[in-house]
Amino acid sequence: MTRQDGNEKDCILRLRGISKQFGAVSALSDIELDVHAGEVVALVGDNGAGKSTLVKVLAGVHQPSAGTIEWCGQKVVLESPSRALELGIATVYQDLALCENLDVVANLFLGQELSPFALDEIQMEVRAWTLLQELSARIPSVREPIAALSGGQRQTVAIARSLLLDPRIIMLDEPTAALGVAQTAEVLNLIERVRDRGHGVILISHNMEDVRAVADRIVVLRLGRNNGVFKADTSQSDLVAAITGATDNSVSRRQARMTASQEA
Amino acid sequence: MTQTDSGKTRQKLDRSDTRLRQDEGMSGALRGFIDRVRSGELGLLPVAIGLLVISTVFSILNPVFLAPNNLVNLLFDASAIGFIALGVVCVLLLGEIDLSVGSMSGLASAMIGVLWVRSGLPMPVAVGGALAAGVAMGLVYALLRNRFGMPSFVATLAGLLALLGAQLYILGPTGSINLPFSSSLVRFGQVMVMPAWLSHLLALLPGAFLLFNGLRKMALRSAANLSHEAASLLILRLFTFTVGLQFAVHYLNLGRGIPWMFALFVLFVMIMHYALTRTKWGRSVYAVGGNPEAARRAGIKVERIRMSAFVLCSMFATAGGIFGAARLASASQQAGTADVNLNAIAAAVIGGTSLFGGRGTAWAALFGILVIQAISNGLTLLNLSSSLRYMITGGVLAIAVIIDSMARQSRANHGRG
Repeated sequence: MTRQDGNEKDCILRLRGISKQFGAVSALSDIELDVHAGEVVALVGDNGAGKSTLVKVLAGVHQPSAGTIEWCGQKVVLESPSRALELGIATVYQDLALCENLDVVANLFLGQELSPFALDEIQMEVRAWTLLQELSARIPSVREPIAALSGGQRQTVAIARSLLLDPRIIMLDEPTAALGVAQTAEVLNLIERVRDRGHGVILISHNMEDVRAVADRIVVLRLGRNNGVFKADTSQSDLVAAITGATDNSVSRRQARMTASQEA
Repeated sequence: MTQTDSGKTRQKLDRSDTRLRQDEGMSGALRGFIDRVRSGELGLLPVAIGLLVISTVFSILNPVFLAPNNLVNLLFDASAIGFIALGVVCVLLLGEIDLSVGSMSGLASAMIGVLWVRSGLPMPVAVGGALAAGVAMGLVYALLRNRFGMPSFVATLAGLLALLGAQLYILGPTGSINLPFSSSLVRFGQVMVMPAWLSHLLALLPGAFLLFNGLRKMALRSAANLSHEAASLLILRLFTFTVGLQFAVHYLNLGRGIPWMFALFVLFVMIMHYALTRTKWGRSVYAVGGNPEAARRAGIKVERIRMSAFVLCSMFATAGGIFGAARLASASQQAGTADVNLNAIAAAVIGGTSLFGGRGTAWAALFGILVIQAISNGLTLLNLSSSLRYMITGGVLAIAVIIDSMARQSRANHGRG
């Protein structure tokens, strides 16, 4: 295990003892997580490890059953998504949460429209184009409804939207799962750019290659509990062992089989 | 990719993608329109075709149908239910429904009769009281929907009965109260029309607004390096629109003229159109109708948006009831019953508001009610009994909903959601 307490000053977000119950099921129990300014924290774990639940707690969608959340040293209650946004926690959800009947501009600015009583469409459109160009996004028209866009394009729109408010922390739930090779690289570049600007990034991914490429720390969840914090240079097998909870797991067995057959 | 041809103008910000077809000028606009219709973005096309068919059929069967005075009557009749339909558009946009608008309007007309005529309170007080009842009912529906998760379909169905009961209760055994003919309210609902010169002047306003707004938008967009509509297109639209409007006004002025009540209705349609398309509230309404969860996560207070829509719907229903009473010069047990409910909802749907939420405009109320009222008016001229009228109106509603569903499937197939 590496540093978990870290430097007191630059710690933006600190979770202590966060638990979440859905009826009889404990989705999260006693989770600890620190996020500092200017670092990428990867959150990894198998299906059902509680990653998405944790994201929703941080985004204000779910309220934790127990535990405390500290924001810049102060205890806060994230009672609603708007509260989380206000503090500066932006989220890109796995299901993207876009309105398919609205166009790209409307989705980017949803809830944050410029001049509420006489929407400034032109300013919003210009801002949308600049934002999308910064992400070198390939979107032919921002006046098409979201329904007309491909999966990758929708992902880009969702990420662009999270950056609109210049948040302190951005959470990305499986951002590269639907993306092509070039776009994945772009998103990873983007994550680094966001980090270098001093934001904290929480990255949730199943893709170990992506995680090891950009993460400063890798936090492993297993069955709703913390299961270790690793550095980015940790070997793949150690990570997999932490994720699956055993050094002898299906991944390592397969690896061994492959090595054996190569040697034979 | 580099842009080297310096002879061409600078690449527009929104036209830089090479895959995007460059629809410019007249032919481009036409091509865009055909594309949209083919993919299920029908806009006002069904209404235009519907009105054309209806007026052709009825004027062949009875030439009186297209007589100026008959059309003036039609506009008088359309205004009251039009207000109700405008409220229905608000709730339909959220994917909710209000089935009690008819009863709400009936209760409002009864309240006018009881408070104003029977109790002798000043007319504005009675109107205020009725509107307050509308607000209260909207709040009740919002509470049932937000707090108890009760589907609006069921909540408003219960409301339909309860409000009808309230209407019968306050009217008492006499059952009907006549409103004084000389009062301004009844005159507003029956005889008051615009002076001809004023109506022609007002009919110039939309064109002037289009011109002003179009030029302003053009200047702002090109300053921001965005593509904009061709000037020729703007002029053409403006010209046809103004000529059409002036002709309509002229034709109606051959009869009694344009009812003030209808003008008020159109004014409210325009206000609602502005609110829905150009304000944050309107954007939120469409977002909640399209994907409530996404709207919630974007920080929109979904409950408040629902509340505002239910309150608006009940208030417009109340207004419709008041104007309906003014039109009939009476508050009776029959007010707001029978087909009022369905006519208002059908108008919203026929005008292009989707029953599935997130799609439609305020203009749907106006154009939808014209179709509905034209059918009803034409059938009355043919001396058909109300039994046949109900059946035919029912059939038209079914066709409208079928068109809506088919357009929705087509949009899904063409990736337009």
